[in-house]
Amino acid sequence: MILMQVKDDEELSKQYNDYVKNVTKTTSLAKNMFFAFLVGGAICTLGQIIIDALKNNGVNQEHANSITLLVLIALSAFLTGLNIYPKIGKYGGAGSLVPITGFANSIAASATEFKAEGMVMGLGCKIFTIAGPVILYGLLSSSLLGLIYYLFGGIGPWA
Amino acid sequence: MGVKNKPLGEQSIQFGRAPYILEYASVCGTKESEGPLKDEFDECSADDLFGCDTWEKAESALQEKTVRLLLRKSGFLSSDIRYMFAGDLLGQLIASTFGLLNFEIPFFGLYGACSTMGESLSLGAMTIAGGYADKVISLASSHFASAEKTFRFPLEYGNQRPYSATWTVTGCGAVVLGEGNENNEKNAKAKITGITTGKIVDFGVKDSMNMGACMAPAAADVIQKNLSDFGYSVNEYDKIITGDLGYIGQKILIDLLNAVDIDISKNHMDCGIEIFDSEKQDTHAGGSGCGCSASVLCGHILNKIKNHEWKKVLFVPTGAMLSPVSFNEGQSVPGIAHAVVIEGVNER
Repeated sequence: MILMQVKDDEELSKQYNDYVKNVTKTTSLAKNMFFAFLVGGAICTLGQIIIDALKNNGVNQEHANSITLLVLIALSAFLTGLNIYPKIGKYGGAGSLVPITGFANSIAASATEFKAEGMVMGLGCKIFTIAGPVILYGLLSSSLLGLIYYLFGGIGPWA
Repeated sequence: MGVKNKPLGEQSIQFGRAPYILEYASVCGTKESEGPLKDEFDECSADDLFGCDTWEKAESALQEKTVRLLLRKSGFLSSDIRYMFAGDLLGQLIASTFGLLNFEIPFFGLYGACSTMGESLSLGAMTIAGGYADKVISLASSHFASAEKTFRFPLEYGNQRPYSATWTVTGCGAVVLGEGNENNEKNAKAKITGITTGKIVDFGVKDSMNMGACMAPAAADVIQKNLSDFGYSVNEYDKIITGDLGYIGQKILIDLLNAVDIDISKNHMDCGIEIFDSEKQDTHAGGSGCGCSASVLCGHILNKIKNHEWKKVLFVPTGAMLSPVSFNEGQSVPGIAHAVVIEGVNER
């Protein structure tokens, strides 16, 4: 490697970035996927247990679903406040990020962090710092899909 | 001032009368108090909030505590100090501004990312050697929580950190520099005989989670310049000590310098690697932040020099010059490094 002598900026950047990629240790994909499956699966199983328990006690399916979501969100926010959710996230990765608990964690974490800057400019403005894009693009894509369904709802695979 | 200061080569200065490091002090947080260097710091706080209610105020309190300790150790009053050179990682330097407000010492605020201790030592030493002051304080600090908040995610957000990521040190290191005269000699712990000021070096790395790779080229550049400007070989130094390159940056630095026939593999040390036990403390590539090099200097390194275990070291704090805005706008992360030649005194 004789990087220091390369004069052309683009060539230098390319050579150096290739070299850096070579020497930088990365996480094993298989290990990440395994833990994501384990943690994500556990969260979903917990959700299913709550749904089943509610239904066994006479709650109908629709209400059982909604109550389960609320319970999972509350649990995640609670564990975030106790600084336990980040520890789950460290091992779970996408497994703890993708379910609704991850979404709740991103909001609760921002809320506790920015509360010191005031209830309006701090907590109010910055609570969706991480979740904001999910909300915006989630709403946008569901509106688009809604429009498609409205226009073509009666035909094709959606019929 | 009998002896003249001498600009050397392209980027260096050799001081005519080397300014003395008259006293030094370091204060760290809880994670640092569990690390391998815990006994080298003057104080480790058991409370990372330092009795405050926000992380930013905590970092200010950390700076204030360190300077108070420094003044107490040195026996100087704040009125004895002509200037203060200080910096931190927070936007608009709020940690330094509010932390140093009460001392009422003329103040220069510096931003050199994690290289700030090198910058404050360089400017402090130049001010003294130039005859503009008899005593100055140079310091730098960082705080894990306030830095995470500024540059990364809220603390309780459950994300995964890559292996190349570093852990910002909660710590502050401060020194009193004094004129290189006989009067100061008996109290001197070390002296700064020269400096090499680094350039901003950009090798086009865009990954802010791999700061070692962003900063290593700047460190390599300034070390190379230091050796050629002073006409030294690597063996001139007992240690060549970088700030916070971490494991990946260290490997890159050694490779980069090997390519120009400079082998520092035997006497290189990195403060970021030393301050934490990466395996036990889960700090991945190592420690980082202005407070990393500053606290290790004002603990471990100056202790070794004071005790004459090391005669001469090259202290090279390294900084990654990014902001959350430049990163989001797709800019690369340039690096900077400042080299300070520190030598022992009073050897018998």
